[in-house]
Amino acid sequence: MWGMLVYLPIAEVSVNAFLLLGLGGAVGVLSGMFGVGGGFLMTPLLFFIGIPPAVAVATEANQIVASSFSGVLAHLRRKTVDLKMGTVLLVGGLVGAGLGILLFNFLKAQGQVDLLVRLCYVVFLGVIGALMFVESLGAIRRTRAAREGGAPPPARKPRRGRGWVAALPFKMRFRTSGLYISVIPPLLVGVSVGVLAAIMGVGGGFIMVPAMIYLLGMPTKVVVGTSLFQIIFVTAFTTLLHATTNYTVDMMLAVLLLIGGVVGAQIGTQLGTKLKAEQLRILLALMVLAVCGKLAFDLLVQPAELYSIADPGGH
Amino acid sequence: MRAVLLALALALVLPPLDAAAQRIVADLSQERVAIDARFEGSELVVFGAIKPEPGVAHAPVEVIVTVSGPLRPVTVRRKSRVAGIWVNTEGVAIDAAPTLYKVATSAPLSEVLTAVEDLRRSITPERRIRAVDAREAGSEATDDFIAGLIRIRERQGLYAVQEGAVQLTDQALFSVNLALPANLVEGQYTAQVYLTREGEVVADFTRTIDVRKVGLERWIYTLAHQRPLVYGLVSIAIAIAAGWGASALFRWVRG
Repeated sequence: MWGMLVYLPIAEVSVNAFLLLGLGGAVGVLSGMFGVGGGFLMTPLLFFIGIPPAVAVATEANQIVASSFSGVLAHLRRKTVDLKMGTVLLVGGLVGAGLGILLFNFLKAQGQVDLLVRLCYVVFLGVIGALMFVESLGAIRRTRAAREGGAPPPARKPRRGRGWVAALPFKMRFRTSGLYISVIPPLLVGVSVGVLAAIMGVGGGFIMVPAMIYLLGMPTKVVVGTSLFQIIFVTAFTTLLHATTNYTVDMMLAVLLLIGGVVGAQIGTQLGTKLKAEQLRILLALMVLAVCGKLAFDLLVQPAELYSIADPGGH
Repeated sequence: MRAVLLALALALVLPPLDAAAQRIVADLSQERVAIDARFEGSELVVFGAIKPEPGVAHAPVEVIVTVSGPLRPVTVRRKSRVAGIWVNTEGVAIDAAPTLYKVATSAPLSEVLTAVEDLRRSITPERRIRAVDAREAGSEATDDFIAGLIRIRERQGLYAVQEGAVQLTDQALFSVNLALPANLVEGQYTAQVYLTREGEVVADFTRTIDVRKVGLERWIYTLAHQRPLVYGLVSIAIAIAAGWGASALFRWVRG
């Protein structure tokens, strides 16, 4: 029973079904606990268990549709989604996803797509892991200082209405966010997130959320809901593009991952309210850095097998 | 044992169609392999009988059994170090390589097959893989790339050369068990039996095996390749339904 192998029809490999459910569950718990999408951890983990990178990226995009849809429902009920801003980000995202797929397919033909995906992961995981690590160390220090009686040093307030952002034309009013800004910055944020979604199989929340707070000056309470709203459509579009141009979306793999994922996310949300977030966040940061380290190591150290097989027809 | 008995029975019952060509009678344990979601690989038994040539004293015969998957073009790439990291730098297009290729012999390969005969019949993996264009283009290293391809597929359990694996009894009965791994590609597979004497093939026999995805696997694979847009939409619909279902379920559980 515990050794049950399942044959993945598109990846054309047999993988233990419980390993996939467990991976989905574990990443789901983390994403529920920290409010991160989890795609940036899941996709490299799929590489490690032998899923072809092209299939991992496309299938993970499909799984993110499920987790972000589940997340956005709660935000819609609480009315913490700026639909107008979300739509502007989405327009950018669709363009970005299209560009990303073009780049992905071009490099696939050159045999360099694995390298592109891995390099993107090393860079982004390295930066995000380091930032998260520093941030949570700071948070722990603040709580400790507060407990020892001293006045806590103020947390950094997001700066609003940066000079050059305010100077751009094509201004639009975003009532829910209480903003009157140019559509150019949100469009560009959308495009970059779309490119990342297509190349890395991630939702891109880890880029979009800080950009929304610091660059666009959106209020924190609508940031997560609005980014989830955008992510659903961009990852759905990415799934369609990969399915129709590369035939690399593995439905069986997606279903196993998302069963684990949606259950894990709900458990994670419960756990997150009970446990100390800062300490856990350090663990997450270390985990992100470890995955980054493993990917970087594989690129730097001479591989045991210098040759690899690419199948020009399939994937 | 059952295989051997069956082979014996076959050898006795089946009348010779053509005395010269019908030197071998062989059969397979299965002519159809169904890949379903629980497929964990399979075992193929190739067995049969050799008819003696009456009255002539000959050198002993040996048997070679091959099982080949469908031939597919592949590109083999080689990495080298560029600016400190390992990058695919060279590639060779192979015209046709079997997706699976197993060779089993009744004695060491060098004794059962001459190099010339191998060249003529394309029996060893190195000979079976065709890279005419790459060789024409004068790529000196083509052999290295082919060796790389064979090495990778051997590790994946897709290629193997099993010398001495064919059981040959009394110069008359033979059988061999060949493992088909779980990562099979679907298509028409061929099993071939060669009878050799002093390294020359004196008779051969071919059977086909149909390897197909079935059930859900079949449905998913066909939909993904023939109606990719519908497939993509179905994938998204499943994801949305799962996301909604999970949210609704947990809200209900929490009251």
